[in-house]
Amino acid sequence: MKELEPSTNEREFVLAALRDGARIDGRNFYDFRTLRLSFGADYGAVEVQLGNTRVLAKVSCEVIRPFPDKPTEGFLMFNTELSPMASPAFEVGRQTDEEVLVSRLIEKAMKRSRALDTEGLCIVAGEKVWSIRVDIHFLDHDGNLVDAACIAAITALQHFRRPDVTVVGEDVTIHTLEQRNPVPLSIHHIPICVTFAFFDNGNHVIVDPTHLEEQIKEGDMTITLNVHKEVCALSKAGGIPMELDQIIQCSKIAVIKVAEITAQIEAALAADAKKR
Amino acid sequence: MASIKVEQTGSIISTGPQIVLPGDLLPSAETGLLEDAPTAPVIKLGPGLQPMDDDSIAAVKAGVLKHTAVGNRWWVESNQRRYVAAAGESVIGVVVGKTVEHYKVDIGTAQPALLGVLAFEGATKRNKPDIKIGALIYCRVSLANKDMEAELECFNPSTGKADGYGELKSGFLIKVSLGLARRLLDPKTLILRLLGQHIPFETAIGMNGKVWIHSAEPKHTILICNAIKNSEYLNKDECAVMVKALFEKL
Repeated sequence: MKELEPSTNEREFVLAALRDGARIDGRNFYDFRTLRLSFGADYGAVEVQLGNTRVLAKVSCEVIRPFPDKPTEGFLMFNTELSPMASPAFEVGRQTDEEVLVSRLIEKAMKRSRALDTEGLCIVAGEKVWSIRVDIHFLDHDGNLVDAACIAAITALQHFRRPDVTVVGEDVTIHTLEQRNPVPLSIHHIPICVTFAFFDNGNHVIVDPTHLEEQIKEGDMTITLNVHKEVCALSKAGGIPMELDQIIQCSKIAVIKVAEITAQIEAALAADAKKR
Repeated sequence: MASIKVEQTGSIISTGPQIVLPGDLLPSAETGLLEDAPTAPVIKLGPGLQPMDDDSIAAVKAGVLKHTAVGNRWWVESNQRRYVAAAGESVIGVVVGKTVEHYKVDIGTAQPALLGVLAFEGATKRNKPDIKIGALIYCRVSLANKDMEAELECFNPSTGKADGYGELKSGFLIKVSLGLARRLLDPKTLILRLLGQHIPFETAIGMNGKVWIHSAEPKHTILICNAIKNSEYLNKDECAVMVKALFEKL
């Protein structure tokens, strides 16, 4: 089903409200929606709720043979599924440009920033390495899928424990969860995406746009950062041109937001670890 | 029919709301549709009820069974988000297309509904309103058949007057559940009155779960919209507390 455009009234009201310094859900321009993290019974299952947007991430692992040219490198794979469950605008088996962009952005933010130590996934060089797979399911679409998916993926990777292995000569033993405590993955840093949307030729910049705001925006930009203020990725696909100082301004806001979100993720993980 | 107890004498005591599930048969004793009755009473079926082949009546959706003695009407009330058009209901739609004879209006049904270009107050072939694509329309469902596109009109066919229907200018639209939209139309629902005590505003409520709000300032409209959305699961006292808190923050 094709997505319907918002009515003229809604479009004009959102813009009028922004000019008046207000957003339709009562938030300030640089506020994220309420972020909720809940963990599944298994290690590596996380559901993220960002306002009405819901994303579920599940991490799984298997032992496979590495590429001959990179014998010590493990695998990290992302599988994003935008099903009609999230929004009737998404169709099964046919990806729209938006869907491709979302999947690519998540992969860029997580994989290319080398957040996960893939060398640490090696069991026997050239023979056996771990392949970590992150399945990201979008359950409800109310805008800003990228940020929610990114939070879900990195939290799931941090929460995940892989089975312990012992290597004696050529023999590899994979211990079940009952035999030995599973081990966490080694994660270098926590990349967090912050998405901005622009209105009125970039005069109004907002953080974490809702679906309606996304439909009306003139352009958007996603900055991926970690707490050490390192920019991992910056994506601006189309939309209005921007001034340099606007981008600097956005990255300054993103630094603050990333610190907040990272703290919340760590608190949630700590609370969950205490329960287990 | 878990909540109905049939006593030995045959009289029925209903304990609280009667919940029906799809496939539940309406008890013939209650509706008066007894086989040995000399004259079958006329009963009117509303949404959620369907006559079966053997003259019994079955529920086709889950909800609370409702009845009014006036006109002997029966219907099932439930809450959902997807709208199924029913004749006579007021709805709010978005114009998504235009042909020579009709506007195509999205009212949240599976297919866009049709609004005749002459179905407005005082419209003639020479003088018809020009409505742009993307405009909001407050209108009435004039024809709703299963498996067909619904038809809409913006005037009362018996008087030819607009009766408040027509294009909605400016303002904002929110989507709520059908149950909340129905409740907002009930004069016993407090939330709109509570809000009205603080700020004057205009509203149009569509049975398709769309609520249009217009007030002098965007900030007020946002506040009203959020208060209405939040009021769905609050009782009267909680609503009053929420509205008070919202206006203190303003």
